[in-house]
Amino acid sequence: MRVRAQMSMLFHLDKCIGCHTCSVACKNLWTDRDGAEYMWWNNVETRPGTGYPTGWEDQDHYRGGWRRDRKGRLRLTLHSRAGGVARAFYNPSLPELDDYYDPFTFRYGDLFNSPHSEHQPTAVPVSKITGRPMEIRTGPNWDDDLSGSDIFAANDPSLDGVSETVRHQLQEIERVVFNYLPRICNHCLNPACAGACPSGAIYKRAEDGVVLVNEDKCRAWRMCVSACPYKKVYYNWSTGKSEKCILCFPRLEAGEAPACAHSCVGRIRYMGVLLYGADRIEAVASSPTDELISAQLDVILDPHDPAVIDACRASGLDDGWIAAAQRSPVYRFVKEWHLALPLHAEYRTVAMMFYVPPLSPVMSTVDDGLVDLAIEHDDDDDFELLSRIEHARLPLEYLANLFSCGDPAPIRRILRTMLAIRAYKRRQGMEAGFGADPASNGSGEGAAAVLDRVGLSEEEAEAIYHLTTQPTLAERFVLPPYHREVAMETINDPLQSKGAIGFGSRNAPKRGG
Amino acid sequence: MSNWVQERFDPAARRWEEFYRNRFQHDKRVRTTHGVNCTGSCSWEVFVKDGIVTWELQATDYPQLQEGLPPYEPRGCQRGISYSWYLYSPIRVKYPYVRGELIDIYRQAKRECWGGPLHAWATIQNDPELRGRYQRARGKGGFRRISWDEALELAAVSVVHTIATHGPDRVAGFSPIPAMSQASYAAGSRFMSLIGGVVMSFYDWYCDLPPASPETWGEQTDVCESADWYNARFIAVMGSNLNMTRTPDTHFLSEVRHAGAKVTVFSPDFSQVAKYADWWIPANPGQDTAFWLAVNHVLLTECYRERTVDYFFDYVARYSDLPFLVEVTDGKPGRCLRADQLATHAGTENGAWKLLMWDDVHDAPRMPNGSIGDRWAHDEKGRWNLELVDSVLGEKITPRLSFVDRHDEVVAMAFDAFDVAGAASPATVTRPVPVRTVWTVEGPVQVTTVFDLLMARFGVDRGLGAGSAASYDADAPYTPAWQERYTGIDRKTAISFARQWARNGEQTRGRNLIIIGAGANHWYHNNLLYRAGITALILTGSVGVNGGGMAHYVGQEKLVGHAAWGSIAFGLDWGMVPRQQNTPSFHYVHSDQWRYERGYRSYDTLPTDHPERFDHTIDHQARAVRRGWLPFFPQFDRSPLAVAAEARRAGATSDDEVVAHVVDGLKNGKLGFAIDDPDDPRNWPRTWFIWRGNAIGTSAKGHEFFLRHYLGADSTAIATEPDDLGVSEVEVRPDAPIGKMDLVVDLNFRMDTSALYSDLVLPAATWYEKDDLNTTDMHSFVNPMQAAVPPSWESRPDWDIFAALAAKVAEIGGDVLGQVEDVIMAPLTHDTPDELAQPAVADWWTGQVEPVPGRTMPKFRVVRRDYRRLHEQMVSLGPAVRANGVSAHGLTIPVADVYDDLARRQPDPGSGAGGEPPRPRLARGRDVVEAILALDPATNGELAHRAFQAEEAKTGLSLTPLGAGQRDVRMSFADIVAQPRRVLTTPTWSGIVAKGRPYSPFTLNVEHLVPWRTLSGRQHLYLDHEQYLAWGEHLPVYKPRPDHTMLSETEATRAEGQVGRLFNYITPHGKWSIHSTYSENERMMTLSRGGYPIWLNAKDAAELGIADNDWVELYNDNGVFVQRCTTSARIPRGTVFVYHATERTVGIPISPRRGKRAGMNNSLTRARLKPVLMSGGYAQFTYAFNYWGPTGVNRDTFVYLRRVNRPDY
Repeated sequence: MRVRAQMSMLFHLDKCIGCHTCSVACKNLWTDRDGAEYMWWNNVETRPGTGYPTGWEDQDHYRGGWRRDRKGRLRLTLHSRAGGVARAFYNPSLPELDDYYDPFTFRYGDLFNSPHSEHQPTAVPVSKITGRPMEIRTGPNWDDDLSGSDIFAANDPSLDGVSETVRHQLQEIERVVFNYLPRICNHCLNPACAGACPSGAIYKRAEDGVVLVNEDKCRAWRMCVSACPYKKVYYNWSTGKSEKCILCFPRLEAGEAPACAHSCVGRIRYMGVLLYGADRIEAVASSPTDELISAQLDVILDPHDPAVIDACRASGLDDGWIAAAQRSPVYRFVKEWHLALPLHAEYRTVAMMFYVPPLSPVMSTVDDGLVDLAIEHDDDDDFELLSRIEHARLPLEYLANLFSCGDPAPIRRILRTMLAIRAYKRRQGMEAGFGADPASNGSGEGAAAVLDRVGLSEEEAEAIYHLTTQPTLAERFVLPPYHREVAMETINDPLQSKGAIGFGSRNAPKRGG
Repeated sequence: MSNWVQERFDPAARRWEEFYRNRFQHDKRVRTTHGVNCTGSCSWEVFVKDGIVTWELQATDYPQLQEGLPPYEPRGCQRGISYSWYLYSPIRVKYPYVRGELIDIYRQAKRECWGGPLHAWATIQNDPELRGRYQRARGKGGFRRISWDEALELAAVSVVHTIATHGPDRVAGFSPIPAMSQASYAAGSRFMSLIGGVVMSFYDWYCDLPPASPETWGEQTDVCESADWYNARFIAVMGSNLNMTRTPDTHFLSEVRHAGAKVTVFSPDFSQVAKYADWWIPANPGQDTAFWLAVNHVLLTECYRERTVDYFFDYVARYSDLPFLVEVTDGKPGRCLRADQLATHAGTENGAWKLLMWDDVHDAPRMPNGSIGDRWAHDEKGRWNLELVDSVLGEKITPRLSFVDRHDEVVAMAFDAFDVAGAASPATVTRPVPVRTVWTVEGPVQVTTVFDLLMARFGVDRGLGAGSAASYDADAPYTPAWQERYTGIDRKTAISFARQWARNGEQTRGRNLIIIGAGANHWYHNNLLYRAGITALILTGSVGVNGGGMAHYVGQEKLVGHAAWGSIAFGLDWGMVPRQQNTPSFHYVHSDQWRYERGYRSYDTLPTDHPERFDHTIDHQARAVRRGWLPFFPQFDRSPLAVAAEARRAGATSDDEVVAHVVDGLKNGKLGFAIDDPDDPRNWPRTWFIWRGNAIGTSAKGHEFFLRHYLGADSTAIATEPDDLGVSEVEVRPDAPIGKMDLVVDLNFRMDTSALYSDLVLPAATWYEKDDLNTTDMHSFVNPMQAAVPPSWESRPDWDIFAALAAKVAEIGGDVLGQVEDVIMAPLTHDTPDELAQPAVADWWTGQVEPVPGRTMPKFRVVRRDYRRLHEQMVSLGPAVRANGVSAHGLTIPVADVYDDLARRQPDPGSGAGGEPPRPRLARGRDVVEAILALDPATNGELAHRAFQAEEAKTGLSLTPLGAGQRDVRMSFADIVAQPRRVLTTPTWSGIVAKGRPYSPFTLNVEHLVPWRTLSGRQHLYLDHEQYLAWGEHLPVYKPRPDHTMLSETEATRAEGQVGRLFNYITPHGKWSIHSTYSENERMMTLSRGGYPIWLNAKDAAELGIADNDWVELYNDNGVFVQRCTTSARIPRGTVFVYHATERTVGIPISPRRGKRAGMNNSLTRARLKPVLMSGGYAQFTYAFNYWGPTGVNRDTFVYLRRVNRPDY
């Protein structure tokens, strides 16, 4: 068994603030330059909504990801009709600038330089590409907080299959709702971008699974842009190279979390090592749709299993990495607790970023113009949704379309688990902490009893609770030792590097170079 | 691995990866933070590469609080992380700028005048044509770069001219929220205080001050730090969009849900924070009051009538005013009964200021410790505490809450019913109240308890007879059924909410938390909204408890080291008495907004029988000044320097005789108050400094009136003055003045709206280019601001700018102005014995009482200034702080030894001559920070110990042990640079933070029996100030929202025709800015919609033919605003949102309607003051800066809206 390590990120969506601090951290660091203005390697979407680039999930249009042919073999969706070579020079599935946005700025200098005029000067909007005045019509986050929009939310591709009634309700006060979906490159085990690159410029780093576009080898075919179903590869019009999220590998190598994760002020992001069986990727990716998620979970290996540890060592993994895998918070959420799922597993890229789906408020009824929230529920539940999860404003079917190939069962189970832990901790506080009458917790049953309903032990509940609410930086981001000295040794003596590294002139890459 | 996926091992084949590694390499990381108006106080690391600030990321090394709480890291949001854009951006102010028209006139006048700069300036000011020429050019471009020297000269000339010609109180300075860059704020306020200028408040003007807090607790605002949310188990978020405004704290809310807390969010729109709610309660805008009143009805019924919850009962009996006795006067609630009314207690000191409760054991009234009369006792010291003991009789007290079971009579009491639909004036409802008769020295008096009044007011049926609400379904105030018509929320929801609130309060002993913000506080009747919620907290024992209470987060003012800071910021160290002005009154009067309305009588509601209900707001304002309730500057109809000189000429030989001369002049009419004739040119403010803020732009409610009356610039207001203004107390001049300000100076790092309209723009260092100090109430750490790079281009830190200005003023004006005496007028002040000044309201100018300074009228103090020493005083810490110590909350803390130690560490080279003690240097921002840290009890454990000693003397309680573990803690700048440091426990605040305990206000009061700084020493639900009785706001009540028919701001617009549809105009805090800062920043513009969109309900939009991203125009009589429109189902119908604090500098077109540059969000608003909030002279109703006074409400505005074709720029 060949074992590989993957640096994986987990997003606890229930906690996401929708603040976009992550996006700006990334932009400041990596894409604040010519040709990259429109790139948001990390973006945050309001959902339901159409996202960035607009409608990226519409694979009928963009033709990203993989499909399983009649013989059960994997095929790039992009190349399934016309061949790759034919498409090389005309690719109608390639997103255009308008699908992203025309980056803009303002002529701020006019405020200082305008001569005395009839009207107060104002800085007019101008295109960052042409420098000419423009009308702003779209942006990278255009449908921000636009719940219930009949333009954006209603056209969310992931609402397919959600009933017309529910879709209508989402535009009314009874059920209007939104949540946020932060997205970076999924650093897939079966990356379609790599599969589609005619130049062989895209590779997966062996030590940490980071997928990179080699800026020296890229020849601007842009097949990666089309083939990525998440639209997370971008073409830099200035350098003529494609670029994408690099999972902040220079930071990882320095022992720091990626900038997006570091800056996540909602504390929703976790980072850790996952071990996987490298020989089984194709089989996983070509599983029948209803088995995709379980197949993906199966390929993630138990880092405590002695056989896995042996295989790790045989595959050349450093003990420090194995130790990191054993402490990985991502592993716990994904594999031990089954609380997190990949985004759109049906794209068959075996995405390696995971999401804990969010709770949402209870629906209301509106009668005679009055809003009523007091829904009927079991009196002994502290949280109505524990017994009436179908009364959550975010439709389970919708979350299922995002995270579980359309099957609401895993979503329901995850949300009920979170609610049960909430009820458990509430009762526990009443029983122990607050100095009031222990009998007055109102439920009539002990704290632990509520966990039985979701099949959780107290130990598991406490562990989930702790990692959900109280993790320190070191618990959220369990980073492995990169041993850069060993990598460097293959090129140069580290002692020589110590004295010499950094000398020399930096040259920006040039188009076609 | 699939064969199409290349796996790469070989580092040699991946050498290109240095492409990205090179970018990440950096030269240094510097800890700093962001400095104004944002209350995050986040610790950041700024990354410097090649001498250029390239990006920032959060620091993550906050000390951990108690075990079991989530850590604070990381703190910092999308706005903060985009700050580095500003440093090198094209909107950065890099050099001093002046408007061309002005500098041409000035230079020419200097050439033509022999008398030098001062004479040149006087020539311009005396020539209406010249003055008008540069005033009309304001805001219209034409800036020119000038040298620092010439810029400082121009500013100094205007300052000196104003002082010499009109008086120092015609120079004003505005800067908001000092806590975020304390030295930078203090730079200007210290300069103002040393020259005798006016320091303008912000917290009340921004309407961030919750008046209900001083009303209830005698406290400006005191709230828990965000980590304490994690101790709550039921959280009601109301009018506070935490995701937007408390971004770095929001995780505590999302996390505490998983610890078992229930979360409800009150918001008319599905706001961002609603995503965390279990219940989202979309109550109609501004109607939360009705919901909470109904909740209280249920609480009183089910936890106080049907059964007794011991925890609640014990709590309200000790910590609230519910057991106190109230006189029944003419069948209505009256004054609280006083100790000096009882023969048994008549001899007690300050007996008129000690309240009574009923003792169950002796079945008689008793006087508990802790009333305000105990606080200011001279002889009977040490009884200001919450012991239930009668110190006269030496007996314990067992409080009786109600007379329901044992009364002499049931009185059918009349309560105002402000909410009766269709009634032109308020009606009354009659409710039965049990009373007892007390034999006082004046004879028999009927009394009841505050609790019985509360039960009656809320309509709880106690079987006392007709008048109460028969059931929850009765349509009577304040039942669950009654609230439906205001909130749009079903009664079942209100009842269910109340029961869960009660159950949680009981089970957790008060872990009920209201997180509340601008969405609630910016309504006209915000104090009533807050009091409704506060009542539900007090009734469930939830104040002064970790995890409980009223967490008001708007414009956080928490300057942790305020005792030390105040000495520096207001020149107390040089014996100055600062001129601190409540800005709402200042702008309402001086920007002439009062002239455009008939005053509060159009939109506030008073009981029918009150004589003042037909006067004008400005009448009340003028009376408040004369009574000593509010400050007002300018003070007199002439220079206060001239007034002092006149007194000396008339033979005054002492300060007391100078004051007597002033009082005599006011009494006999020889001397007038400026407020009595505000539009007289002698009474205009003349020179205005703005720093760290956007005073003309987003801080200007009634922005277009500012442009017209302050600046003389273009305005899009079309409002006209009513014919029948109905003003009786002040002079109304026939024509409102245009262009009152001689010079407006703005210190800024960006060209914002205020800078664009100022005459002189001085380049300020950014927050990454100076050293300063930063604290907040969102957390309990002390953070530094630190220069990552030197001030770029020609910019300078605010401290350096004001120090340079002080030198220039001394140079130009030192000999002209010389040594002078200045008479300062100040109102009756909170936390001083002034709280006992006025047991009754009486007017000296009508002869009701004698004018007695500090009793029936303002206080007057004589201050000596030497303008030649201005710079010297600015840059060194004066000896008065060494002699007098530092003060806060009525406590004085001796600091002489710390002062001397500081003087050794940072000696002022100009001091120490002639045997005087050396003074500490304050030459730079960092010196100021060191002084604050050294001299304040929050950062110096020894001083905290001394503060507790001072508090022990007042209370007779043992308190010094609270500071035992921290006594040797000292903090320096280097310490807080190394790591954020936690504040100390000190009685200058009310929370206990030892051993990592999260700060929660009033825990010191509840756990150690320190009284609140109120009339009774308890939390007040009942307010018996005469004005509150007159306004019918003695108890928590419902008053209807002012509507457009009352506000008279759409009449002229209707006359224009083509009006579109009328909407309520709401301006919540936004996601892509911190007030106006960051709003025009390219990052934030890109992530939003490249402008300041108007948010409209999708159905409303469709009916008006408006599609998403269409241009729309909002307008009323106050002005116009033009932007693109965002349509969404999450916005309630009939309401239009503009996320607040827009700039008019970026992408603002010409208004198709009014043909001028369309304005900003405050182009549509106007200041409306609530006179009851001007009350003063009485207990907690005494003035303090940013603490008390009317607030600048702005939520009640109505606008017309229509679609327009793409307009021109």
